[in-house]
Amino acid sequence: MATDTLIRPDRPLDLEAVPDRRPRHWPFSPWHFFLIPLALIMLMPLIWSVITSLETASEAQRFPPVLIPKALHFSNYVDAWNSLPFGHFFLNSFLYSLATVAGNLLFCSLAAYAFARLRFVGSNLLFVLLLVTLMVPFQVVLIPTFLIVRHLGLIDSVGGLIVPNLCGVFGIFLLRQFFQSLPVELEEAARIDGASRLGVFLKIVLPLSAPVLATLAIIQFMWSWNDFLWPLIIITSPEHSPLQLGLSMFQGAHVTNWNLLMAGTVMSQIPMLAVFLFAQRWFIQSIAYTGIKQ
Amino acid sequence: MSLAPDSRARRALGSDHVAGWMFVAPAVVLIGVFGLVPIAWSAIMSFQANDLVSAPTWVGLANYQALAKDPAFMASVRHTLVYAALFVPLSVAGSLLVAWALNRKLRGVRFYRLAVFVPVVTSTVATGIIFLWLLDPVFGLVNYALSLVGLPEQGFLQDPNQALLCIVAMTVWGWLGFDVIIYLAALQGIPQELMEAAQIDGAGKWSSFLHVVLPFLRPATLFLVVWSTISALQLFDEIYVTTRGGPLGATTVIVFYLYQQAFQLFNAGYGAAIAYVLFLAILLITIIQLKVGGQRVYGKS
Repeated sequence: MATDTLIRPDRPLDLEAVPDRRPRHWPFSPWHFFLIPLALIMLMPLIWSVITSLETASEAQRFPPVLIPKALHFSNYVDAWNSLPFGHFFLNSFLYSLATVAGNLLFCSLAAYAFARLRFVGSNLLFVLLLVTLMVPFQVVLIPTFLIVRHLGLIDSVGGLIVPNLCGVFGIFLLRQFFQSLPVELEEAARIDGASRLGVFLKIVLPLSAPVLATLAIIQFMWSWNDFLWPLIIITSPEHSPLQLGLSMFQGAHVTNWNLLMAGTVMSQIPMLAVFLFAQRWFIQSIAYTGIKQ
Repeated sequence: MSLAPDSRARRALGSDHVAGWMFVAPAVVLIGVFGLVPIAWSAIMSFQANDLVSAPTWVGLANYQALAKDPAFMASVRHTLVYAALFVPLSVAGSLLVAWALNRKLRGVRFYRLAVFVPVVTSTVATGIIFLWLLDPVFGLVNYALSLVGLPEQGFLQDPNQALLCIVAMTVWGWLGFDVIIYLAALQGIPQELMEAAQIDGAGKWSSFLHVVLPFLRPATLFLVVWSTISALQLFDEIYVTTRGGPLGATTVIVFYLYQQAFQLFNAGYGAAIAYVLFLAILLITIIQLKVGGQRVYGKS
């Protein structure tokens, strides 16, 4: 699509390099009148969920709402953690996310390199087939994939989450585009020196591709971490559930215990939020580079 | 001896075939088994009666004919289209405005950006639960805010006339930052000389925005319109978490109807037919958008 015109790896996104267009006669920019309410609207849902998560059940069930709780009940978090196997949820999500990141980095980069540089019988046909797969929405493959995974005996297991998502077409396209942009002379020189195709790939191409590999890793991690529909279809027991499905199960168990529900919800968002705050630049660059969220 | 370079070249070419296939083999197996086979299987399944347990039976076009006459499916199509028609323009135009505001040196701009980006990493399930709480008709914060300015309390997600609008608001909140990032990246690509030249030519702020910035942003806009439409037509998570298609079916969108048919009522053949109709609709709408958007790009340049 139009992604390649938006941002390229050789032109990193620098949000600080913006023009200074402040009008000289104002003590502050009038844009604040727009941005302050906007920031409030964007942050309010999260702030309110944190506040509710620290209230007692009776404080949460009151109208008008208690905006500032009398005391901070961190015990809600303990209660939420103990009411469902949140430890399992986190662990399963980590396994799911890390395994699919590893699988995509390995399998996509191998395939992408072949499509970018090697001439082999059937490569064009294969590439067209991949393009078709990229265009088909996930819902089309949902039911047969469920049957295949069931046939493999992987229903209600973390393996069933991982295996169908080990290699995505998106990653192949992303990496192929990058590999094609690399100067071919380095690889040719290494070939003349007697390096094998695999050697060239491992020792020359991969080290040059760290930015794009990081991008794929971040995007895939976000996809797997936030994935909901596929786990909903194949996972039935809480012990095998990843975080988002677990959160939904938790919601079903505490329909109107809003303080507990908010504690669980806030808790479930902390790891991703923490990673985002520490690596904000990387996240934003990855999203800008690929233009894809989920 | 004269044959040596030739045979070496041929050997190199030959090893490309082997190496090429070895490089793509894992991807081909995985994408074949979990991509291509399901695509074909799904097509076959849409011509079958299939309850996911017993042996499927061939029913020809019966699933598609039933779909055309199914009022619940037609309603789900309507809901999906209404949702997309609101979500896509609101999120794309809104994010353009926000990106334009954020693309400048400003006190606190890092904080503003953070506020806009944070919902992007909030999961769809968490977003749904949080908005369910905010929009709770009895204890919700939004109804409290309305009561402060003297407005009557609303049913929000429990009111069939408002539920879909609430889903729009919720998803715009969740997606805005994503669109803003794309627009910020595109805005950074506008050469400063271009803006200065427009100002020297006497173009006002509004005029240079219309005639310099907007055309320059057209690829980003086209991408966002196409991408937002595709994801709007596939809406599911937020519906499952908040309304489960209710109240009175008011938020039953296509993918939620598919999920109900295939995995709750075990009409997998019917579900596969829905999936293919969705696929063709997405394909058609995307092609139209790319045609229209693409033409405009060429027309301007």
